[in-house]
Amino acid sequence: MDNALTPLNREVSPLSNHALADLVACPQCDTLHRLVLVAAGQKARCRRCHSVLMSPHASAMTKIVMLALTATVLMIAAITFPFLTLEARGLTQRNSVIDAILAFSSGLMLPLSLAIAGLIVVLPLMRLAAILYVLAPMAIGWAPAKGAMRAFRFAQVLKPWAMAEIFIVGVAVALVKVAGLAILTIGPAFWAFTALVLVTVLNDNFMCRLTIWRTLEARRPHL
Amino acid sequence: MAHSGGSQTPPLTARAAGLVACPTCGRVHQAQTVHCLRCGQVLASRDGTSMQRVWAWLVAGFMAYIPANLYPMLETTTLGKTQSNTLLGGVIELVLHHSYGVAAIVFFASIVIPIGKFVAISYLALQVQRPDRNSVHLKHRMLEVVEFIGRWSMIDVFVVALLSSLVQLGSVVSVQPGIAAISFALSVVFTMLSAMSFDSRLIWDTDTKDSETA
Repeated sequence: MDNALTPLNREVSPLSNHALADLVACPQCDTLHRLVLVAAGQKARCRRCHSVLMSPHASAMTKIVMLALTATVLMIAAITFPFLTLEARGLTQRNSVIDAILAFSSGLMLPLSLAIAGLIVVLPLMRLAAILYVLAPMAIGWAPAKGAMRAFRFAQVLKPWAMAEIFIVGVAVALVKVAGLAILTIGPAFWAFTALVLVTVLNDNFMCRLTIWRTLEARRPHL
Repeated sequence: MAHSGGSQTPPLTARAAGLVACPTCGRVHQAQTVHCLRCGQVLASRDGTSMQRVWAWLVAGFMAYIPANLYPMLETTTLGKTQSNTLLGGVIELVLHHSYGVAAIVFFASIVIPIGKFVAISYLALQVQRPDRNSVHLKHRMLEVVEFIGRWSMIDVFVVALLSSLVQLGSVVSVQPGIAAISFALSVVFTMLSAMSFDSRLIWDTDTKDSETA
């Protein structure tokens, strides 16, 4: 496990850019390692700061593509089906996620409404689309699509801003707050959203950035 | 983790070897390379504007956090009576309703995490300029925790969004979002940007200096 990445000694002779491809620097602390094959299911950590450098999985590309497709379908279900139903003193109100987002859509609150739409629907969907664009051709053995590098970098940047799982906790808190005022029933969209969060976590777990970058580089069509 | 040796000279960094590493994909290049050959990212051995951006976003986040605490987050109208709640007021109300678990979650997400972030990021930014004796591992762990946990402050913004869309039952009861919801959302976004601007390699650089002089 540990011998997969051997630290370099102080004397490094000048290497060409081509030879440097066999080295990896820890993105967190800049420590150089010499890259050796890491077996599927194992983790390679930086020897200085212990950040995970590589954690390849068997047939990860196919798994990621399948999970990303599942997540896309779940996201569509989560947006369109009724999310929560509220009843108080004979009045009933049915809400989808879209209604929750449009709550702020008047006047000053419009920017907030757009931001929330972005964080819980648009950015997660864009991230899924980028991942599919990069990995779907690779999963079936094709060369990476045009602009795949840019798309994968974009997916990496988007990751902290896709907040579906935080929204789910927000729903739980809102349910408790409303409990005194009205009767709340959870609709199918809520479960779709919960499943979406689980699938996303599983997907991120399979995603070894370094392995994907190296594969992208290796399969890039030469100009 | 079983390491081969005990205490020895600090491991060689890309910069010490006269190389430049890509923070996105880990590829190592000759020092003068401008774009990463693997992923196309613009390269810099250390992010020179990192500290400026960290402080700028942090100050912006702090400024937005002040109105977020002073103005109402939520306005509830029950049978013609309007009641407004601030960030802390919402937590207090949950406690009064004996929902201690949820009160703890909201208190943690909207008070403890934001204030903890202001303190942690300022401490880390200050000590990069003037290293103290604390372990670099601890500081790196701090930055990781701040980056990981920062997004969770958004819970309260989502709660306000949900409540004001759900609870619209005409004259019986209705909920309106307050201006603090926007300030708080901005504060969370700004502090997230602050944490992301932090180049963690700067923290590790302070370690190398220490052990070389010691």
